[in-house]
Amino acid sequence: MESTQQTESKIIELKPFTDEMIVNMGPQHPSTHGVLRLELRLDGEIVREAIPHIGYLHRCFEKHSENLSYPQIIPFTDRMDYVAAMNQNWGFCLAVEKLLEADETKDFEVPERAEYLRVLICELNRIASHLLSFGTYGMDIGAFTPFLYAFRDRERLLLLFEKVCGARLTYNYIRIGGVSEIIPLEPGSIAEQNYLDEIEGFLDYFEPKIDDYNDLLTSNSIFSERTMGVAVMSEEMALSYGATGPNLRGSGVDWDLRRDEPYSIYDRFEYDIPVAKDIPELGAVLGDCWSRYKIRMDEMKESVKIVRQILAEGLPDGPVMADMKAVRPPKGEIYFRSEAPRGELGFYIVSDGTPKPVRVKGRSPCFSALSALQELSRGLMVADIIAIIGSIDIVMGEVDR
Amino acid sequence: MNPEEIYKTLSDKFGGAILGYDTELAGDPNIQIAPTAIADVCQFLAETDTLAFDSLMCLSGIDLGVKEEDLSIVYHLYGMQHRHTVVLKTSVPKTDAHLPTVSHIWKTADWHEREAYDLYGILFEGHTDLRRILLPDDWEGYPLRKDYQEPDFYRGMRVPY
Amino acid sequence: MPEILSESFFPKINLQESSNWAKDFVQEVVIPRLPEAVAGHFSVELLAILVMLLCAGIFVAVVPLLPLVLVLAERKVAARFQNRTGPMRVGPWGTLQTLADGIKLIFKEDYIPPQGDKILFMLAPYVIFACSFAVFAAIPFGQNILVSDFNIGIFYIMAISSVIVMGVIMAGWSSNSKWSLLGSLRSAAQIVSYEIPLGLSILTIVMLVGSLSMSQIVASQAGGIFTWLIFRSPFTFLAFFIFFISAIAEVNRTPFDLPEAESEIVAGFHTEYSGMRFALFFIAEYANMFAVSAIAVTLFLGGYEGVLPGYDFLGGLPGFVLKTLGLVFLMMWLRWTLPRLRVDQLMNLCWKYFIPISFFNIFGTGIWGLIFETDDVWSIGISCAIIYIGLISAYAIAGRIFARKPEPQPSSA
Repeated sequence: MESTQQTESKIIELKPFTDEMIVNMGPQHPSTHGVLRLELRLDGEIVREAIPHIGYLHRCFEKHSENLSYPQIIPFTDRMDYVAAMNQNWGFCLAVEKLLEADETKDFEVPERAEYLRVLICELNRIASHLLSFGTYGMDIGAFTPFLYAFRDRERLLLLFEKVCGARLTYNYIRIGGVSEIIPLEPGSIAEQNYLDEIEGFLDYFEPKIDDYNDLLTSNSIFSERTMGVAVMSEEMALSYGATGPNLRGSGVDWDLRRDEPYSIYDRFEYDIPVAKDIPELGAVLGDCWSRYKIRMDEMKESVKIVRQILAEGLPDGPVMADMKAVRPPKGEIYFRSEAPRGELGFYIVSDGTPKPVRVKGRSPCFSALSALQELSRGLMVADIIAIIGSIDIVMGEVDR
Repeated sequence: MNPEEIYKTLSDKFGGAILGYDTELAGDPNIQIAPTAIADVCQFLAETDTLAFDSLMCLSGIDLGVKEEDLSIVYHLYGMQHRHTVVLKTSVPKTDAHLPTVSHIWKTADWHEREAYDLYGILFEGHTDLRRILLPDDWEGYPLRKDYQEPDFYRGMRVPY
Repeated sequence: MPEILSESFFPKINLQESSNWAKDFVQEVVIPRLPEAVAGHFSVELLAILVMLLCAGIFVAVVPLLPLVLVLAERKVAARFQNRTGPMRVGPWGTLQTLADGIKLIFKEDYIPPQGDKILFMLAPYVIFACSFAVFAAIPFGQNILVSDFNIGIFYIMAISSVIVMGVIMAGWSSNSKWSLLGSLRSAAQIVSYEIPLGLSILTIVMLVGSLSMSQIVASQAGGIFTWLIFRSPFTFLAFFIFFISAIAEVNRTPFDLPEAESEIVAGFHTEYSGMRFALFFIAEYANMFAVSAIAVTLFLGGYEGVLPGYDFLGGLPGFVLKTLGLVFLMMWLRWTLPRLRVDQLMNLCWKYFIPISFFNIFGTGIWGLIFETDDVWSIGISCAIIYIGLISAYAIAGRIFARKPEPQPSSA
């Protein structure tokens, strides 16, 4: 009698619905772009919720910074977004320089030649970063070949960077007050001319390649099916989550710090800011994965434009470092943001007038953009999660700092 | 609107909760606000049409030194519509660091507040998911506080090696 | 030419009519050549079994070499597509690379997850391996190069290749890994779905030929390129493409490689495998690829029959292998060019497009069979004309749809 009751109760307990499966995607996974861990609650293939867990690459950059002098911090910024390390160097240097400029007792100015070199190198680095994003995105969606094409071109850029600073990934090239002089590029010398010619050669080779890549991947119908209309991030959502850079422009916000809050010498060049819009005849929805991806492809062309203008003008003569003894900013605090390839890179620096900062906070664009993942991925499929992560283009070194 | 006008607007509206306007130091001027009023002030800044601060650029905690009794929290806001910026600053005592959350106003504050909690031990009241974000869940202490002592061991592993 | 390969050595045995070819072979070829003193001691049955075992032995020895070549070919083809050189170090132009990899895999640790179902885990690769090689038994490589010609050859191939999915599910379940389980369930759904258009496409051929026997299907295409079944009616032309695309899905290759989608579910059902067991999956994958291409060639592209009747151009064993490798190359080309579909898009393609088209094909083939009772110049001529017109109009329509639109310009600063 007892046993029958038990079986009956078991039958009643049997739920007609399938259980959720909890899967850990990462921290070791081929396409989480580093050591991101996602806790997926799956109902079959459908994702009920994807909870990101970060911190696997945490080095406590901010604690390090409090114990180092300003120039010593620059190599640590290299390790934040190691794909676009030049831009990270620059972002930090800009913030410190802004603080130095606020000191009225000293006359501080970054030399013209250094500014030109910075823009030149950083725009090339932007191309390199977007190339990597394009390649890995193709691989995430399942096309392996674009990845190798992207790396082939990126290799040429890395060789160019190696020629000015001796490093391929973590450059430590842009310094406070100018750029590094480790490998001198004498104004008007043959070395300089050769270097600029080499960049021009790369641009001539690379510009038609962008159209090739668009043919290969962007307009591929399977690729469009996978990315168009997937994970639409509206304008309000993008602003609220602090998504910046290509992610924000992918949601249709016409905003680029290089144009809207011009720093350095960006106001001297002519370039367009690509902004996504609905393309009904293709099927692209404003703010979907495809829009975010396409912005990066278009931005590469704009970077080529800027670099071409510098090459046409030629680098001005003069020193590449500001004349200063030691980096000792006045007492005060600054928040300065610059347009890195992944979005607004902000550095918040609190100085007490000593050679070491009291507080340095890096506001990384990926950190904010990644926090939107949980909302974006709800109700989509496992394969879509990969498409989203690739389209917001995260680098874990920057998320975890 | 420039920060000074915003300061005036805020002090008209909130009175005593706005503690001051700091322009003495180099860099960005900031508006000092009482910690209990921060959520209301942010709500006002975000929802008033003339201000419309629709994005929170950065939220950071600061510990100015071992002898300081207070932790500061700095909010860098930006209004995309009017293209203006403002810096809000508030202080809470180290021993009892808690203040209202702003994560319901800007969603990005969710992770930024978790980071401030993780590294400074600032409790944000009303935050739905205040867990450690960068450090392991069983980490003890708040590393970015100036009085933080490195532990000798973490899970049986020697830390300063 | 050595005597053993000459026509006189192998009297033509009519395969279709002989119920036991091995016995006939023994009686007509072996017995007359044996010394009188020996011949009496062997029964015909025993010799027949020996001959069959020998044939099977040759197959078992030769067929596994195919993946060895194909893996290298894949890597070289991929390298060409990607502006690389591919393996270059082991042997001349890296030709021995696969051998080196194979030896490495043999010596690797054979790890079995302790929480998994050990017996199923160990068995799964063998199930897949055995099934993918059993398929080769019914594929006619040449006039007399066929292990077993049974009258339900194509049916046997369909049946055996369906068992592979069992192995996949076994592997996914027994690994006790969630990624493996996801991969194996994707695989099950995919293979079961795509078997329907695959089977229906085969059915159109069977309707035209009127036989399930592989050798008879080939024999009906003996009259040169225009008697190849792909051109025999417009419906078989359509069926060929459905068959080929479904076959790519059956063997889990890009763009249908969801069961082992590296960027999504790590490696799918064989995530937990290592060493020789992993190698077996790998070999089986390439053997499968060759097998489905061979079946497509046999069914649609004339099998071992040549382009012109009576000539051996693209005929015989070399022609057959050439045609098959052509299709294999096409599969590699697709793999290194296309991204991957999502699981719902995969199912949409199958259930919403392929299956209705396949049913339409069967209906059309039936009508075609009613109109043209025998295949003559007229029926083939009309068929080719329809295919030609269809292709041109499809090209025109596709050109209009996929014409390059002016790129949307970015809004300027």
